[in-house]
Amino acid sequence: MNRRRFKDLIVQRIMFILCCFVISILFFIVMGLFYKASPILAIHSLRDLLFSSTWHPSKGNFGLGLFIVSTLWVTAIAIVIAIPLSLLTAIYLTEYAPKRMREVLKPLIDLLAGISPVIYGVWGIIAIVPLISDYVMPFFSERLTFFPFLSDNYTGYSALAGGIVLSVMVFPIIISVIHEVLETVPFEIREASLALGATKWETTRRVVLKKARPGIVAAFILGLTRAFGETMAVLMVAGCSLHGFPKSVFDTAYPLPALIANTYGEMMSIPLYDSAVLLAAFILLLMTTLFNMVAWGILLHIERKER
Amino acid sequence: MEAKSHIKVRNLNVYYGSAHILKDITIDIPEKKITAIIGPSGCGKTTLLKCFNRLIDLQDNVMLTGQVFVDDTDIFDNSTEVIQLRKKMGLLFQKPQILPMSIYDNVAYGPRIHGLKNNKKLSEIVQHYLQEVSLWEEVKDRLHDSAARLSVGQQQRLCLARGLANEPEIVLGDEPTYALDPISAEKIEKKFLELRKNYTIVLVTHILRQAKRLADYVVFLYLGNLIEQGPAEEVFSNPRDSKTQSYLSGQFITSA
Repeated sequence: MNRRRFKDLIVQRIMFILCCFVISILFFIVMGLFYKASPILAIHSLRDLLFSSTWHPSKGNFGLGLFIVSTLWVTAIAIVIAIPLSLLTAIYLTEYAPKRMREVLKPLIDLLAGISPVIYGVWGIIAIVPLISDYVMPFFSERLTFFPFLSDNYTGYSALAGGIVLSVMVFPIIISVIHEVLETVPFEIREASLALGATKWETTRRVVLKKARPGIVAAFILGLTRAFGETMAVLMVAGCSLHGFPKSVFDTAYPLPALIANTYGEMMSIPLYDSAVLLAAFILLLMTTLFNMVAWGILLHIERKER
Repeated sequence: MEAKSHIKVRNLNVYYGSAHILKDITIDIPEKKITAIIGPSGCGKTTLLKCFNRLIDLQDNVMLTGQVFVDDTDIFDNSTEVIQLRKKMGLLFQKPQILPMSIYDNVAYGPRIHGLKNNKKLSEIVQHYLQEVSLWEEVKDRLHDSAARLSVGQQQRLCLARGLANEPEIVLGDEPTYALDPISAEKIEKKFLELRKNYTIVLVTHILRQAKRLADYVVFLYLGNLIEQGPAEEVFSNPRDSKTQSYLSGQFITSA
């Protein structure tokens, strides 16, 4: 065999092994988490662990319900804020903004995506938390006294603060993906619509967005899964108290990633404590995977229908 | 051949950046005739067509001088409503550009955006124009299927129906048979001959035989210059310019 072909073969093998290694990390993480979490599953019923909100490790109560619900709250708030914001921004950038402006704005938005989560956390504490405690919450609890605005938490550290900070963290990536998706929509079908006398907005709404819909859904999912696992910034502004289920957007929230980051490594020697926290990690992993799968299911469905 | 001119182009110049695409074009396009704009690729045929319905506005970095009149209104005048202008013209592209929706919704798109909400009327319109382009029998059982499932030839006829459903006065075709098989192309050509009774048709083509089959009036462009225009028989049988002669007989134009 000559040297060139030998080299080719070697390179191919090495890349294959590295590829297997990367994939196996995922496998080992899943297995490891499950293995470490299994002791607590053997003692407590899964129902208690998932739905109870009593978290008293020293008394042997490991209800993760509070953390799961908090995660859902914060993520939902983030995505509700981020969807209109990022969709309209992306539409403006792609369809309306003059080329010059787009060339300036796009890198600025991408820059937002690269900022360290701690910075967002600090920004949340300095700007968002006081804004909520001094203005937003008084306004809502005085004028609109119904669920989900009523709360006895006046600190501002709340699910809402977490959601707002998270939404700002995920929207650069959502904007980027939507922008890219919109750019793949052929220019000619915009022309076809405009040539029929449609306005730009009609064209965008009825044709471009329709054509781009699967990709836009994918962008939101991407943002959602990111929001799910984001830890530091949320931990800093969401309050993280063990008060029971958050019933209002102004209540404190204690999402799963925050629990793991706060407690893992400082568990002393309480039995089953580390097992419970790793169960939390396992649940987080499962939820993310589940969301991803549901999303891809939707995507495939839409794609098949369009075709 | 004494027909009223429907579109009048007066000293039109178009620049993309520093490239001078159309040079001082003056043309009269007669009403309810087929006008073929012929010439080799890159001579500005499509650009000229896009000036008529002002799709040219979408291009970056474009500059225009001169005037275009449609029904005697200056289309580049600030008071001209682009939407109304575009509604007057149906446009067929090189490749059929179907909208990402059902067959029915494609045809109903124009009437809907212009304010028609009555479903019964919409259905009548859809049926009428699909019949007009001889597509009705082929698609009547699957009107609500995605239009993307149609063959390319069917798609182009669907686009024609969509354009006609807008009740235009003018049909613009930018090499509309370019992507089609010969049989589908023939269907479109025959349809154009029928449509001539009621519509002014402007057809950009680089297929000479197509121009000969269809055109009443011919405009020959070369590298952004208007070389010759006139009634089809005259231009084809007795071209005045030597460049037109070369082009029509299939010789190199630059050596002539």
